Amino acid sequence: MTPRLALRGTALLYLAALLVLPVGLVLFRASEKGLAPVVDSLTTPQGMHAFYLTSIVVAIAVPLNTIFGVATSLLIVRTKLPGRKLIDSVIDLPFAVSPVVIGLSLVLVYGNDGFLGGPLSDAGLKIIFSTPGIILATVFVSLPFVVREVSPVLREIGTEQEEAAGTLGASPWQTFRRITLPAIRPAVGYGVVLTTARALGEYGAVSVVSGKFSGRTETATLFVEDRFQSFDLTGAYAAAIVLALMAVAVLVGMNLLDRNRRLRHGN
Amino acid sequence: MSALSVPLRRSEARRVRFPGAAPAGALSVAYLSLVVLIPLAAVAATGMEDGVDGFWEAVTKPQALSALKLTLLVSLAVAAINAVAGTLIAWVLVRDDFRGKGFVNALIDLPFALPTIVAGLTLLALYGKGSPVGINVAFTQIGVALALLFVTLPFVVRAVQPVLIELDPEVEEAGASLGAKPLTVFRRIIFPAIRPAMLAGVALAFGRALGEFGSVVLISGNLPNKTEVASVYIFGLIELGDKQAAAAVSVVLLAASLLLLTTIAALSRKGARP
Repeated sequence: MTPRLALRGTALLYLAALLVLPVGLVLFRASEKGLAPVVDSLTTPQGMHAFYLTSIVVAIAVPLNTIFGVATSLLIVRTKLPGRKLIDSVIDLPFAVSPVVIGLSLVLVYGNDGFLGGPLSDAGLKIIFSTPGIILATVFVSLPFVVREVSPVLREIGTEQEEAAGTLGASPWQTFRRITLPAIRPAVGYGVVLTTARALGEYGAVSVVSGKFSGRTETATLFVEDRFQSFDLTGAYAAAIVLALMAVAVLVGMNLLDRNRRLRHGN
Repeated sequence: MSALSVPLRRSEARRVRFPGAAPAGALSVAYLSLVVLIPLAAVAATGMEDGVDGFWEAVTKPQALSALKLTLLVSLAVAAINAVAGTLIAWVLVRDDFRGKGFVNALIDLPFALPTIVAGLTLLALYGKGSPVGINVAFTQIGVALALLFVTLPFVVRAVQPVLIELDPEVEEAGASLGAKPLTVFRRIIFPAIRPAMLAGVALAFGRALGEFGSVVLISGNLPNKTEVASVYIFGLIELGDKQAAAAVSVVLLAASLLLLTTIAALSRKGARP
């Protein structure tokens, strides 16, 4: 065996043992009794509610972080506002902090005895152990993706075209819509895909703030754990497979967007 | 790259060019503060609410110390394995050619896309009780390491891969034709070129391992003093309602993350230098 083949074999074996076989086994286990038990456990009121709650959370958290991400990238790269360097340096924090610590941090501020949660709950808005808390946790964990994708592209495209448009009489809004936005669109798309994947799959932070009330504050990932702890392996595998298929869809999307991006950059 | 995208001078690139930039900036800072900064500050404040003594007492409890020690040791081991395995996979993906390479390449991102609880569940299906291959690492430290290896796999691969693509294979071939053994070529030509990227990837993997929760929680069994990592210990304290102790141990993890972020920033500055 040549060294090249040995290296290839080792790499592929490592990937098979760590990724392919475990994921493949769960796919197989979930499908070996046919689709009926899978469908049955996903269409229980509890299962349906879990996926419903996850889609609500994604539908709110992803647009929020997209708008924040594009606006913040413009602020960091295109303005001289004081504090932009500080924003740039703390924007990655959510990636560096443990999901459990993120959950705890939100409980401390937005819980009933927190300094913001107290007044809010007096005003009738319950955050922790309720849907807003789950959304907040999801926003926290997936906050940096769009900024991370968009700001390097803004740096790279420079400002000549925007300045030219301005000189030719375009309003700032026209310049943004006609020049800047088309240039950053692939990066925004990539960031949105990554944000969505993280929002769909977040477990740790959500687990702390949700209180895990089945059928009320249980998201899809919490449902997987709940089924597993209740010795309902079929249910756990079924929900896991749906989440894994979503992950695969995300992977395919990432690859397509990446290809478009490379074509656009001409290499 | 077209001639149009010549980098501008700093002063030009950083002009305020959007009316309403100031209010938008204020909104952006408010969002970041409400979601991230104030909550993280609250963790530090709560960890210290009983003074330095209270903080010290919480983090030096035997169970806390043992969780922190396990977290550090397993994360170091996982980072080291990633340094080797990640570089090897990156090399195979760049320099080797075989059918299905595109598929393998896409597969590398799977751990980033797959929810962590699903990752833990799949590992437990193959390497847990009733394993079809006869390997049971559930409720062991090896199981914890396995879960962390799964979720940290992409970091080193994705850091090293672009550097290897940029590295001209002719330099390696020249080295080899001058009589250098493959190991010498790696040590003298490849390794110096990829080292900054590899270190950055290893640091990211290490940081992720320090805080990881979802993939570990099922396979570790959370046995105190044996398989309980810091994030799981903190989770247990939250469930018990001991917020001060939970926050104190979190401060240790936060400090480690901040240190690491600074290191990564320094490393990437070093890597960017020609």
